[in-house]
Amino acid sequence: MTSDVIASVPPVKNSLLGRMPVVKQLRQSVGLQRGMLIAGLSITGLFVLVAVFAPLIAPYGFAQLRDAQGSFGAQQPPSAAHIMGTTVGGYDVFSRVIWGAQTAVLVIVLAVVFSIVAGILLGLVSGYIGGWLDRVLVVIGDAIYAFPSLLLAIVLSIVISGGQSSLWGGILAAALSITVVFIPQYYRVIRAETIRIKAEPYVESAKMLGASTSRIMFRHVLRNATRTLPIIFTLNASEAVLTLAGLGFLGFGIEPSAAAEWGYDLNKALSDVTSGIWWTALYPGLAIVLSVLGITLVGESLNDLADPRLRGRKRVKAKAGAVSLTAVDQTLPSDVEIREENA
Amino acid sequence: MTTSLLPTDAPSVVAPKPKSAGGGLGRYLLIRFLLIFPTIFILVTLVFLLMRTIGDPITAAQGGRLTAEQLQERIHAAGYDRPVLVQYFEYLGQVFTGNFGNTISDNRPVTEVLLTYGGATLELAFYALIVAFIVGIPLGMLAASLRDRVPDAVLRIFAILCYATPVFFAGLLLKLVFSVWLQWLPVAGRASTRTELSMQTLPNKTGIYLIDAIMLGNSTAIGDVLSHAVLPGIALGLLTAGVFLRLVRTNVIGTLGTDYVDAARSRGVSEFRLVRKHAYKPALIPIITVIGLQIALLLGGAVLTETTFEWKGLGFQLAAYLAARDFVAVQGIVALLAVFVAVTNFVVDVIAALIDPRVRY
Repeated sequence: MTSDVIASVPPVKNSLLGRMPVVKQLRQSVGLQRGMLIAGLSITGLFVLVAVFAPLIAPYGFAQLRDAQGSFGAQQPPSAAHIMGTTVGGYDVFSRVIWGAQTAVLVIVLAVVFSIVAGILLGLVSGYIGGWLDRVLVVIGDAIYAFPSLLLAIVLSIVISGGQSSLWGGILAAALSITVVFIPQYYRVIRAETIRIKAEPYVESAKMLGASTSRIMFRHVLRNATRTLPIIFTLNASEAVLTLAGLGFLGFGIEPSAAAEWGYDLNKALSDVTSGIWWTALYPGLAIVLSVLGITLVGESLNDLADPRLRGRKRVKAKAGAVSLTAVDQTLPSDVEIREENA
Repeated sequence: MTTSLLPTDAPSVVAPKPKSAGGGLGRYLLIRFLLIFPTIFILVTLVFLLMRTIGDPITAAQGGRLTAEQLQERIHAAGYDRPVLVQYFEYLGQVFTGNFGNTISDNRPVTEVLLTYGGATLELAFYALIVAFIVGIPLGMLAASLRDRVPDAVLRIFAILCYATPVFFAGLLLKLVFSVWLQWLPVAGRASTRTELSMQTLPNKTGIYLIDAIMLGNSTAIGDVLSHAVLPGIALGLLTAGVFLRLVRTNVIGTLGTDYVDAARSRGVSEFRLVRKHAYKPALIPIITVIGLQIALLLGGAVLTETTFEWKGLGFQLAAYLAARDFVAVQGIVALLAVFVAVTNFVVDVIAALIDPRVRY
């Protein structure tokens, strides 16, 4: 892609709904891409619904070991009472899979919100003000970015919670560990966008009119720099699920009595598999795969739709309009794709 | 070379060579080399400070098992009661001379742990990369040449699934099917006890079992080592294969739109041959740059894969030290890995710069 293809077509007048990030892309998409986007949106929607209504869907509590009929028993195969069987610890697998969605959603939301706020602030300041602060931040960001994120998350979870914790302690620890890993990604994108936008004529004219630095930064630059965020947001959300599961698998998750966590359950299923017990590993694992798949499908489709080279070819002329070149297109198409893989 | 067909590319390769390309490369390599040091410094500092905020490592590892006086004595002997800044500078000095401290739980130098178990992790990463190349590159080319048709859709879903499946879940499934149900492959470990014992007799063993088995000259041992490597290699390799598939697809689609491919197309070259002969070589260059990032990813994935398959490498050892709350060992291993990642990234960047003259700061 070359820099002289910046389109300056005014955006087609749309209702507010039509201008919402995902809705716009949904209209723009075509054929296979539309299919992928819709599939992703439905899976993600289902995932969120399950998380919200977990108390209604799950037949038992995540830490429940017995009911009126007595103890559940350990490693029981799937039956009418326990459609996905029970774990080695005597929990109901189905209930823990359902409750696990709630834990995952909480961690994703917290992690992404924390890292967006921190990453945007750092990126804006660093890109707009520049100088030595910018250089130092870039080197720090690159150092963290290049390092195995799971290892960093492990170190942070030790620091934050000492390794094991209650529901909110554990969720906060996991979210913060993931946050630190993500900040460099938002930082890089926002910084690159800020540097690009800083040179735009409208910023210069705002300066001429005497707007303060903070006003320019937050009103003019930030508004225009956030266009690529939905893509990174979805890519990071899926990475957050995987990092949480990885932490849980290594024993740095949340205690089973405090909340259900898929990675922890898979760790406990490790020895079951050797003796042929499949239900304790299969269902939590599938839950991870499905939720990551859904979010990634959305992110992938948004990514493709933002890149004219990859957008479906049939309607490019019709609605491609106002997508001007972004820093993500220049620096990130490969980076974003690569970095999102984790765990 | 197909690249030489690219009219805009050719002059930039040849023309400015005496003036800027040579000096530019030297300068780039120097700057890139110097950047290794702040990277290592930042990560080592970060890990040190973070680990020290939770108190001294001896209390973490032995707290509850020793009396208060014994604890104090050991903390004092190890120097953990001094100001953090003093400890930090001492630690930096040690790291600079290649001393990453001794583990608390079994009192071994961290560098020795790395040398003993690093080979196993390298071996696993090597198998994984082979799987990734064999699976990722041809499938990526196929997806690009059949763009927007059913095989492309299937392959893209496959690539996303490779990414969406945590390596430990992939490992568990592979284990369940191929080791437990079909009993084709061993459940865990790097080799059977018998092979391991016979390898112990080797005078200069490398710790990389495949090389050791070849040095033994025993075909059963080689077969044994390879059969243990199949499942972990696939589990970790598929993760990277998905990345390669998508990268090759995107880049081949990009090169398919360039003028020289159009020129070939206008001469009547078939669409499939276009991908195979014309578009794919330039599309492979980004793979080299990406391998740098993949190393970090592979290391992270190796921790999980090794735990799943009881593959006694660095990741397995790290997980064991984590469980034992031996934070000196964790800090040492993480710091050493930081050095490793920084150096390999440098090497990859140098290779990328040598291959592709456009890669410069």
